[in-house]
Amino acid sequence: MPRHRSYKTEAIVLRQTSLGEADRILTLFTVDGGKLRAVARGVRRPGSRLGGHIELLNRVSVSLGTGRQLDVVSEAQTLQTYPRLRADLERLSMAVYMAEMVDLFSPERAASYTVYRLFADTLDRLQQTPIPDLLVRYFEMRLLELSGYRPEFQSCVECRAGLQPQDHRFICALGGVLCPSCRDTSNTPAIIISVGSMRVLRLLQRESSPSRLLELDIPHSIVGETERTLRTYIRFIAERELKSAEFMSLVARTARSLSPSAAEGHSPAPD
Amino acid sequence: MTSERARPAAPVGRLVDEFHKLPGIGPKTAQRLTYYLVRMPEEQARSLAGAILAVKDRIILCSHCHNITESDPCAICDNPSRDRTRICVVEEPLDVLALERTNTYFGLYHVLHGVISPMNGVGPDDLKIGPLLARLRSADMREVVLATNPNLEGEATSMYIHRLIAPLGIRVTRPARGLPVGGDLEYADEDTLGRAIEGRQDF
Repeated sequence: MPRHRSYKTEAIVLRQTSLGEADRILTLFTVDGGKLRAVARGVRRPGSRLGGHIELLNRVSVSLGTGRQLDVVSEAQTLQTYPRLRADLERLSMAVYMAEMVDLFSPERAASYTVYRLFADTLDRLQQTPIPDLLVRYFEMRLLELSGYRPEFQSCVECRAGLQPQDHRFICALGGVLCPSCRDTSNTPAIIISVGSMRVLRLLQRESSPSRLLELDIPHSIVGETERTLRTYIRFIAERELKSAEFMSLVARTARSLSPSAAEGHSPAPD
Repeated sequence: MTSERARPAAPVGRLVDEFHKLPGIGPKTAQRLTYYLVRMPEEQARSLAGAILAVKDRIILCSHCHNITESDPCAICDNPSRDRTRICVVEEPLDVLALERTNTYFGLYHVLHGVISPMNGVGPDDLKIGPLLARLRSADMREVVLATNPNLEGEATSMYIHRLIAPLGIRVTRPARGLPVGGDLEYADEDTLGRAIEGRQDF
Protein backbone atom coordinates (compact mmCIF):
# COMPACT_ATOMS: atom_id res chain seq x y z
CA MET A 1 0.00 0.00 0.00
CA PRO A 2 1.49 3.36 -0.96
CA ARG A 3 1.77 5.69 2.02
CA HIS A 4 0.09 8.96 1.18
CA ARG A 5 -0.42 11.80 3.62
CA SER A 6 -3.87 10.47 4.32
CA TYR A 7 -5.67 7.37 3.24
CA LYS A 8 -8.90 5.48 3.78
CA THR A 9 -9.30 1.78 4.42
CA GLU A 10 -11.43 -0.88 6.04
CA ALA A 11 -10.20 -2.58 9.21
CA ILE A 12 -11.06 -4.70 12.22
CA VAL A 13 -9.94 -3.35 15.62
CA LEU A 14 -7.68 -6.00 17.18
CA ARG A 15 -6.39 -4.27 20.25
CA GLN A 16 -6.55 -1.02 22.18
CA THR A 17 -4.17 0.42 24.72
CA SER A 18 -4.57 3.71 26.56
CA LEU A 19 -2.23 6.57 25.78
CA GLY A 20 -1.95 9.81 27.75
CA GLU A 21 -5.04 11.67 29.00
CA ALA A 22 -7.72 10.50 26.61
CA ASP A 23 -6.07 8.86 23.61
CA ARG A 24 -5.78 5.25 22.60
CA ILE A 25 -3.36 3.33 20.44
CA LEU A 26 -5.31 0.96 18.21
CA THR A 27 -3.99 -2.13 16.52
CA LEU A 28 -5.97 -2.40 13.29
CA PHE A 29 -6.02 -5.26 10.85
CA THR A 30 -6.69 -3.54 7.55
CA VAL A 31 -8.09 -5.11 4.43
CA ASP A 32 -5.28 -3.87 2.17
CA GLY A 33 -2.39 -2.96 4.47
CA GLY A 34 -2.24 -5.76 7.05
CA LYS A 35 -1.73 -5.03 10.72
CA LEU A 36 -0.86 -1.50 11.76
CA ARG A 37 -0.93 0.63 14.87
CA ALA A 38 -2.58 4.03 14.91
CA VAL A 39 -3.40 6.73 17.43
CA ALA A 40 -7.02 7.70 18.07
CA ARG A 41 -7.10 11.05 19.84
CA GLY A 42 -9.56 11.96 22.57
CA VAL A 43 -11.53 8.75 22.29
CA ARG A 44 -11.69 8.05 26.02
CA ARG A 45 -13.75 11.18 26.65
CA PRO A 46 -17.50 10.70 26.64
CA GLY A 47 -18.96 12.38 23.61
CA SER A 48 -15.95 11.62 21.45
CA ARG A 49 -17.06 11.32 17.83
CA LEU A 50 -14.68 8.44 17.25
CA GLY A 51 -15.05 6.61 20.55
CA GLY A 52 -17.96 4.27 19.93
CA HIS A 53 -16.91 3.48 16.39
CA ILE A 54 -13.45 2.17 17.11
CA GLU A 55 -14.57 -0.32 19.76
CA LEU A 56 -12.63 -3.61 19.92
CA LEU A 57 -13.60 -6.15 17.24
CA ASN A 58 -15.66 -3.62 15.28
CA ARG A 59 -15.30 -3.71 11.53
CA VAL A 60 -14.83 -0.08 10.57
CA SER A 61 -14.15 2.21 7.67
CA VAL A 62 -11.31 4.50 8.79
CA SER A 63 -9.48 7.53 7.47
CA LEU A 64 -5.90 7.75 8.63
CA GLY A 65 -3.26 10.41 8.39
CA THR A 66 0.38 9.40 8.13
CA GLY A 67 2.17 10.46 11.30
CA ARG A 68 5.84 10.59 12.22
CA GLN A 69 5.76 7.41 14.28
CA LEU A 70 2.20 6.18 14.24
CA ASP A 71 -0.61 7.04 11.87
CA VAL A 72 -3.49 9.03 13.29
CA VAL A 73 -7.16 8.10 12.95
CA SER A 74 -9.03 11.12 11.64
CA GLU A 75 -12.43 9.56 11.00
CA ALA A 76 -14.10 6.23 11.68
CA GLN A 77 -17.46 4.79 10.75
CA THR A 78 -18.75 1.45 12.03
CA LEU A 79 -19.47 -1.12 9.32
CA GLN A 80 -20.29 -4.04 11.61
CA THR A 81 -20.42 -4.48 15.40
CA TYR A 82 -21.18 -8.22 15.88
CA PRO A 83 -23.79 -7.60 18.62
CA ARG A 84 -24.38 -11.31 19.26
CA LEU A 85 -20.74 -11.81 20.14
CA ARG A 86 -20.92 -8.98 22.61
CA ALA A 87 -23.94 -10.45 24.37
CA ASP A 88 -22.53 -13.94 24.83
CA LEU A 89 -19.46 -14.43 27.00
CA GLU A 90 -18.44 -17.77 25.38
CA ARG A 91 -18.50 -16.38 21.87
CA LEU A 92 -16.93 -13.12 22.96
CA SER A 93 -14.01 -14.97 24.56
CA MET A 94 -13.57 -16.89 21.29
CA ALA A 95 -13.63 -13.71 19.21
CA VAL A 96 -11.02 -12.11 21.47
CA TYR A 97 -8.92 -15.25 21.13
CA MET A 98 -9.13 -15.05 17.34
CA ALA A 99 -8.07 -11.40 17.50
CA GLU A 100 -5.01 -12.34 19.57
CA MET A 101 -4.21 -15.10 17.05
CA VAL A 102 -4.41 -12.65 14.12
CA ASP A 103 -2.26 -10.17 16.05
CA LEU A 104 0.27 -12.88 16.87
CA PHE A 105 0.56 -14.32 13.36
CA SER A 106 0.55 -11.05 11.39
CA PRO A 107 3.72 -9.04 10.93
CA GLU A 108 3.16 -5.26 10.83
CA ARG A 109 2.18 -3.78 7.47
CA ALA A 110 2.18 -7.09 5.63
CA ALA A 111 -1.05 -7.04 3.64
CA SER A 112 -3.06 -10.26 3.60
CA TYR A 113 -6.51 -10.11 2.11
CA THR A 114 -7.06 -13.83 2.77
CA VAL A 115 -6.37 -13.49 6.50
CA TYR A 116 -8.68 -10.46 6.59
CA ARG A 117 -11.48 -12.35 4.84
CA LEU A 118 -10.97 -15.38 7.07
CA PHE A 119 -11.18 -13.25 10.21
CA ALA A 120 -14.18 -11.21 9.08
CA ASP A 121 -16.06 -14.30 7.83
CA THR A 122 -15.37 -16.25 11.00
CA LEU A 123 -16.56 -13.39 13.21
CA ASP A 124 -19.70 -13.30 11.09
CA ARG A 125 -20.32 -17.03 11.38
CA LEU A 126 -19.45 -17.05 15.08
CA GLN A 127 -22.55 -14.94 15.67
CA GLN A 128 -24.93 -17.69 14.61
CA THR A 129 -23.26 -21.09 14.53
CA PRO A 130 -24.60 -23.59 17.07
CA ILE A 131 -21.13 -25.17 17.35
CA PRO A 132 -18.75 -22.25 17.88
CA ASP A 133 -15.81 -24.35 19.12
CA LEU A 134 -15.55 -26.30 15.85
CA LEU A 135 -15.62 -23.01 13.94
CA VAL A 136 -12.74 -21.72 16.07
CA ARG A 137 -10.78 -24.92 15.31
CA TYR A 138 -11.35 -24.28 11.61
CA PHE A 139 -10.10 -20.72 12.05
CA GLU A 140 -6.96 -21.90 13.86
CA MET A 141 -6.18 -24.43 11.17
CA ARG A 142 -6.68 -21.95 8.32
CA LEU A 143 -4.67 -19.22 10.03
CA LEU A 144 -1.80 -21.65 10.70
CA GLU A 145 -1.82 -22.58 7.03
CA LEU A 146 -1.98 -18.98 5.77
CA SER A 147 0.87 -18.04 8.11
CA GLY A 148 3.13 -20.82 6.90
CA TYR A 149 2.68 -23.21 9.85
CA ARG A 150 0.45 -25.82 8.20
CA PRO A 151 0.68 -28.91 10.42
CA GLU A 152 1.23 -32.18 8.51
CA PHE A 153 -1.45 -34.83 9.12
CA GLN A 154 -1.35 -36.70 5.79
CA SER A 155 1.98 -38.52 5.91
CA CYS A 156 4.94 -39.07 8.21
CA VAL A 157 7.14 -35.95 8.44
CA GLU A 158 10.31 -38.09 8.50
CA CYS A 159 9.86 -40.84 5.90
CA ARG A 160 6.89 -39.40 3.97
CA ALA A 161 5.09 -42.76 4.24
CA GLY A 162 1.30 -42.76 4.30
CA LEU A 163 -0.34 -43.31 7.69
CA GLN A 164 -2.36 -46.32 8.85
CA PRO A 165 -5.57 -45.75 10.83
CA GLN A 166 -4.16 -45.95 14.38
CA ASP A 167 -2.93 -43.59 17.12
CA HIS A 168 -0.10 -41.33 15.96
CA ARG A 169 2.45 -39.05 17.59
CA PHE A 170 2.29 -35.34 16.70
CA ILE A 171 5.58 -33.55 17.30
CA CYS A 172 5.32 -29.74 17.54
CA ALA A 173 8.99 -29.18 16.73
CA LEU A 174 8.61 -31.20 13.51
CA GLY A 175 5.26 -29.63 12.64
CA GLY A 176 3.52 -32.93 11.97
CA VAL A 177 2.92 -36.59 12.73
CA LEU A 178 5.40 -39.47 12.77
CA CYS A 179 4.68 -43.02 11.57
CA PRO A 180 5.27 -45.77 14.18
CA SER A 181 8.64 -46.78 12.68
CA CYS A 182 10.23 -43.30 12.65
CA ARG A 183 12.11 -41.96 15.65
CA ASP A 184 11.47 -38.46 17.01
CA THR A 185 14.73 -36.66 16.19
CA SER A 186 13.73 -33.51 18.11
CA ASN A 187 13.35 -35.32 21.47
CA THR A 188 10.37 -33.15 22.40
CA PRO A 189 7.08 -34.26 23.98
CA ALA A 190 4.61 -35.90 21.60
CA ILE A 191 0.86 -35.37 21.47
CA ILE A 192 -1.03 -38.60 20.82
CA ILE A 193 -3.67 -38.21 18.12
CA SER A 194 -6.49 -40.73 18.00
CA VAL A 195 -8.01 -42.03 14.75
CA GLY A 196 -11.17 -39.97 15.27
CA SER A 197 -9.27 -36.80 16.05
CA MET A 198 -6.99 -37.31 13.02
CA ARG A 199 -10.04 -37.56 10.77
CA VAL A 200 -11.36 -34.22 12.06
CA LEU A 201 -7.96 -32.52 11.81
CA ARG A 202 -7.67 -33.61 8.17
CA LEU A 203 -11.22 -32.49 7.50
CA LEU A 204 -10.46 -29.08 9.00
CA GLN A 205 -7.54 -28.78 6.59
CA ARG A 206 -9.39 -30.01 3.53
CA GLU A 207 -12.52 -27.87 3.64
CA SER A 208 -12.17 -24.50 1.97
CA SER A 209 -15.22 -23.19 3.81
CA PRO A 210 -16.54 -24.15 7.25
CA SER A 211 -20.17 -24.50 6.06
CA ARG A 212 -20.06 -28.26 5.43
CA LEU A 213 -18.01 -28.95 8.54
CA LEU A 214 -20.57 -27.25 10.72
CA GLU A 215 -23.26 -29.57 9.37
CA LEU A 216 -21.40 -32.68 10.51
CA ASP A 217 -22.22 -34.27 13.82
CA ILE A 218 -18.78 -34.51 15.44
CA PRO A 219 -18.69 -35.75 19.05
CA HIS A 220 -17.75 -33.07 21.56
CA SER A 221 -14.92 -35.19 22.94
CA ILE A 222 -13.24 -35.34 19.51
CA VAL A 223 -13.53 -31.57 19.05
CA GLY A 224 -11.95 -31.23 22.50
CA GLU A 225 -9.10 -33.48 21.43
CA THR A 226 -8.39 -31.44 18.29
CA GLU A 227 -8.53 -28.31 20.46
CA ARG A 228 -5.81 -29.65 22.76
CA THR A 229 -3.62 -30.64 19.80
CA LEU A 230 -3.91 -27.29 18.02
CA ARG A 231 -3.57 -25.38 21.28
CA THR A 232 -0.32 -27.17 22.13
CA TYR A 233 1.02 -26.56 18.63
CA ILE A 234 0.07 -22.85 18.74
CA ARG A 235 1.64 -22.50 22.20
CA PHE A 236 4.81 -24.05 20.77
CA ILE A 237 4.91 -21.57 17.87
CA ALA A 238 4.04 -18.55 20.04
CA GLU A 239 6.49 -19.71 22.74
CA ARG A 240 3.94 -18.65 25.34
CA GLU A 241 0.41 -19.39 26.50
CA LEU A 242 -2.07 -16.98 24.95
CA LYS A 243 -3.90 -15.11 27.73
CA SER A 244 -7.05 -15.07 25.62
CA ALA A 245 -6.86 -18.88 25.26
CA GLU A 246 -6.71 -19.20 29.05
CA PHE A 247 -9.70 -16.88 29.37
CA MET A 248 -11.63 -18.85 26.73
CA SER A 249 -11.07 -22.09 28.69
CA LEU A 250 -11.99 -20.41 31.97
CA VAL A 251 -15.26 -19.13 30.51
CA ALA A 252 -16.07 -22.57 29.10
CA ARG A 253 -15.41 -24.11 32.54
CA THR A 254 -17.59 -21.62 34.43
CA ALA A 255 -20.40 -22.21 31.91
CA ARG A 256 -20.28 -25.95 32.56
CA SER A 257 -20.24 -25.50 36.33
CA LEU A 258 -23.46 -23.49 36.23
CA SER A 259 -26.90 -24.79 35.48
CA PRO A 260 -28.01 -24.02 31.89
CA SER A 261 -30.57 -21.51 33.10
CA ALA A 262 -28.00 -19.60 35.15
CA ALA A 263 -25.56 -19.54 32.24
CA GLU A 264 -28.17 -18.00 29.97
CA GLY A 265 -29.65 -15.71 32.61
CA HIS A 266 -29.58 -11.96 32.14
CA SER A 267 -29.65 -9.27 34.74
CA PRO A 268 -33.13 -8.42 35.95
CA ALA A 269 -32.61 -4.77 35.07
CA PRO A 270 -35.13 -3.57 32.46
CA ASP A 271 -33.71 -3.85 28.95
CA MET B 1 37.17 9.54 15.47
CA THR B 2 33.94 9.77 17.42
CA SER B 3 32.66 13.26 17.99
CA GLU B 4 32.25 14.46 21.57
CA ARG B 5 28.57 14.94 22.22
CA ALA B 6 27.24 16.91 25.16
CA ARG B 7 25.47 14.62 27.61
CA PRO B 8 23.34 15.77 30.54
CA ALA B 9 24.78 15.28 34.01
CA ALA B 10 24.00 11.81 35.39
CA PRO B 11 21.36 12.89 38.00
CA VAL B 12 19.54 14.85 35.31
CA GLY B 13 19.55 11.87 32.96
CA ARG B 14 18.21 9.66 35.74
CA LEU B 15 15.32 12.02 36.49
CA VAL B 16 14.47 12.27 32.80
CA ASP B 17 14.32 8.46 32.66
CA GLU B 18 12.09 8.35 35.74
CA PHE B 19 9.64 10.90 34.30
CA HIS B 20 9.61 9.04 31.01
CA LYS B 21 8.22 5.96 32.77
CA LEU B 22 5.06 7.87 33.79
CA PRO B 23 1.92 7.49 31.68
CA GLY B 24 1.48 10.17 29.05
CA ILE B 25 5.02 11.56 29.41
CA GLY B 26 7.13 11.41 26.28
CA PRO B 27 10.87 12.06 26.06
CA LYS B 28 10.49 15.80 25.41
CA THR B 29 8.02 16.36 28.25
CA ALA B 30 10.31 14.37 30.56
CA GLN B 31 13.21 16.68 29.66
CA ARG B 32 11.09 19.79 30.11
CA LEU B 33 9.88 18.71 33.55
CA THR B 34 13.40 17.79 34.62
CA TYR B 35 14.93 21.13 33.63
CA TYR B 36 12.04 22.91 35.31
CA LEU B 37 12.81 21.01 38.52
CA VAL B 38 16.51 21.89 38.26
CA ARG B 39 15.59 25.56 38.41
CA MET B 40 12.93 25.11 41.11
CA PRO B 41 13.61 26.51 44.64
CA GLU B 42 14.88 23.81 46.95
CA GLU B 43 11.94 23.83 49.40
CA GLN B 44 9.44 23.35 46.57
CA ALA B 45 11.42 20.41 45.26
CA ARG B 46 11.56 18.89 48.76
CA SER B 47 7.82 19.37 49.16
CA LEU B 48 7.22 17.55 45.86
CA ALA B 49 9.54 14.71 46.85
CA GLY B 50 7.79 14.52 50.25
CA ALA B 51 4.35 14.37 48.57
CA ILE B 52 5.49 11.46 46.38
CA LEU B 53 6.83 9.57 49.37
CA ALA B 54 3.68 10.31 51.42
CA VAL B 55 1.55 8.73 48.70
CA LYS B 56 3.62 5.58 48.88
CA ASP B 57 3.95 5.50 52.68
CA ARG B 58 0.48 6.49 53.80
CA ILE B 59 -1.88 5.29 51.09
CA ILE B 60 -3.25 1.77 51.44
CA LEU B 61 -6.09 -0.21 49.91
CA CYS B 62 -9.32 -0.37 51.92
CA SER B 63 -9.74 -3.98 53.04
CA HIS B 64 -13.47 -3.83 52.15
CA CYS B 65 -13.78 -2.01 48.84
CA HIS B 66 -10.10 -1.96 47.73
CA ASN B 67 -10.27 1.74 47.02
CA ILE B 68 -7.13 3.73 47.79
CA THR B 69 -7.37 5.32 51.22
CA GLU B 70 -5.44 6.67 54.17
CA SER B 71 -7.48 4.78 56.76
CA ASP B 72 -8.88 1.27 56.73
CA PRO B 73 -11.87 1.01 56.36
CA CYS B 74 -12.04 3.97 53.99
CA ALA B 75 -14.29 7.01 54.55
CA ILE B 76 -17.07 5.57 52.36
CA CYS B 77 -17.06 2.06 53.88
CA ASP B 78 -16.94 3.64 57.36
CA ASN B 79 -19.78 6.12 56.76
CA PRO B 80 -22.89 4.90 58.66
CA SER B 81 -25.27 6.81 56.40
CA ARG B 82 -24.29 4.89 53.24
CA ASP B 83 -26.68 2.22 51.96
CA ARG B 84 -24.97 -1.07 52.85
CA THR B 85 -27.28 -3.21 50.75
CA ARG B 86 -25.97 -1.85 47.45
CA ILE B 87 -22.54 -2.23 45.99
CA CYS B 88 -21.21 -0.60 42.86
CA VAL B 89 -18.40 -2.41 41.05
CA VAL B 90 -15.96 -0.14 39.18
CA GLU B 91 -12.69 -0.64 37.32
CA GLU B 92 -10.50 2.06 38.88
CA PRO B 93 -10.36 4.29 41.99
CA LEU B 94 -10.93 7.30 39.71
CA ASP B 95 -14.33 5.85 38.77
CA VAL B 96 -15.39 6.10 42.43
CA LEU B 97 -14.56 9.82 42.38
CA ALA B 98 -16.55 10.27 39.15
CA LEU B 99 -19.60 8.51 40.61
CA GLU B 100 -19.32 10.42 43.91
CA ARG B 101 -19.40 13.69 41.97
CA THR B 102 -22.83 12.77 40.58
CA ASN B 103 -24.31 12.92 44.09
CA THR B 104 -26.89 10.32 43.13
CA TYR B 105 -25.41 7.04 44.38
CA PHE B 106 -25.24 6.43 48.12
CA GLY B 107 -24.27 2.77 48.35
CA LEU B 108 -20.87 1.13 48.75
CA TYR B 109 -18.20 0.48 46.13
CA HIS B 110 -15.87 -2.25 45.04
CA VAL B 111 -12.78 -1.41 42.98
CA LEU B 112 -11.53 -4.16 40.65
CA HIS B 113 -8.24 -2.43 39.79
CA GLY B 114 -8.49 -3.17 36.10
CA VAL B 115 -10.63 -4.94 33.55
CA ILE B 116 -10.42 -8.35 31.90
CA SER B 117 -8.26 -7.72 28.85
CA PRO B 118 -6.74 -10.95 27.52
CA MET B 119 -5.12 -9.05 24.65
CA ASN B 120 -3.18 -6.99 27.17
CA GLY B 121 -2.41 -9.99 29.37
CA VAL B 122 -4.99 -9.29 32.10
CA GLY B 123 -7.19 -12.19 33.20
CA PRO B 124 -9.87 -12.44 35.94
CA ASP B 125 -7.28 -13.60 38.48
CA ASP B 126 -5.44 -10.30 38.16
CA LEU B 127 -8.50 -8.39 39.43
CA LYS B 128 -10.21 -8.13 42.83
CA ILE B 129 -13.06 -10.44 41.83
CA GLY B 130 -12.49 -13.06 44.54
CA PRO B 131 -12.77 -10.48 47.36
CA LEU B 132 -15.97 -9.14 45.73
CA LEU B 133 -17.60 -12.58 45.86
CA ALA B 134 -16.51 -13.00 49.47
CA ARG B 135 -18.06 -9.63 50.33
CA LEU B 136 -21.33 -10.47 48.59
CA ARG B 137 -21.59 -13.81 50.38
CA SER B 138 -20.89 -12.40 53.82
CA ALA B 139 -23.26 -9.42 53.82
CA ASP B 140 -26.94 -8.88 53.15
CA MET B 141 -26.81 -7.36 49.65
CA ARG B 142 -29.84 -6.37 47.61
CA GLU B 143 -28.21 -4.96 44.50
CA VAL B 144 -24.92 -5.08 42.63
CA VAL B 145 -24.36 -2.29 40.09
CA LEU B 146 -21.82 -3.40 37.50
CA ALA B 147 -20.38 -0.02 36.50
CA THR B 148 -17.47 -1.16 34.35
CA ASN B 149 -16.80 0.95 31.28
CA PRO B 150 -19.32 0.50 28.46
CA ASN B 151 -16.79 -0.98 26.05
CA LEU B 152 -16.02 -4.54 25.01
CA GLU B 153 -13.60 -5.30 27.82
CA GLY B 154 -15.82 -3.68 30.45
CA GLU B 155 -18.79 -5.66 29.12
CA ALA B 156 -16.82 -8.90 29.15
CA THR B 157 -15.77 -8.24 32.73
CA SER B 158 -19.35 -7.52 33.79
CA MET B 159 -20.69 -10.61 32.03
CA TYR B 160 -18.05 -12.74 33.71
CA ILE B 161 -18.78 -11.31 37.18
CA HIS B 162 -22.51 -11.60 36.60
CA ARG B 163 -22.04 -15.28 35.82
CA LEU B 164 -20.24 -15.79 39.12
CA ILE B 165 -22.76 -13.90 41.25
CA ALA B 166 -25.90 -15.17 39.51
CA PRO B 167 -26.17 -18.19 41.88
CA LEU B 168 -26.28 -15.81 44.88
CA GLY B 169 -29.65 -14.47 43.73
CA ILE B 170 -28.76 -10.79 44.15
CA ARG B 171 -30.24 -8.22 41.77
CA VAL B 172 -27.60 -7.19 39.22
CA THR B 173 -27.88 -3.93 37.28
CA ARG B 174 -25.87 -1.95 34.72
CA PRO B 175 -25.85 1.84 34.34
CA ALA B 176 -27.97 2.98 31.37
CA ARG B 177 -26.34 3.84 28.09
CA GLY B 178 -27.14 6.56 25.66
CA LEU B 179 -26.24 9.92 24.25
CA PRO B 180 -23.71 12.03 26.12
CA VAL B 181 -24.58 15.56 27.17
CA GLY B 182 -23.30 17.92 24.48
CA GLY B 183 -23.23 15.07 21.99
CA ASP B 184 -24.22 15.04 18.38
CA LEU B 185 -26.73 12.51 16.96
CA GLU B 186 -25.06 12.57 13.58
CA TYR B 187 -21.77 11.31 15.00
CA ALA B 188 -23.16 8.73 17.40
CA ASP B 189 -22.26 5.12 16.66
CA GLU B 190 -25.08 2.63 15.98
CA ASP B 191 -24.73 0.83 19.29
CA THR B 192 -25.01 3.97 21.43
CA LEU B 193 -27.81 5.48 19.35
CA GLY B 194 -29.70 2.16 19.27
CA ARG B 195 -29.57 1.80 23.04
CA ALA B 196 -30.50 5.43 23.52
CA ILE B 197 -33.63 4.90 21.41
CA GLU B 198 -34.47 1.63 23.17
CA GLY B 199 -34.13 3.25 26.57
CA ARG B 200 -36.02 6.45 25.72
CA GLN B 201 -38.10 8.03 28.44
CA ASP B 202 -41.30 10.05 28.61
CA PHE B 203 -40.70 13.72 28.02
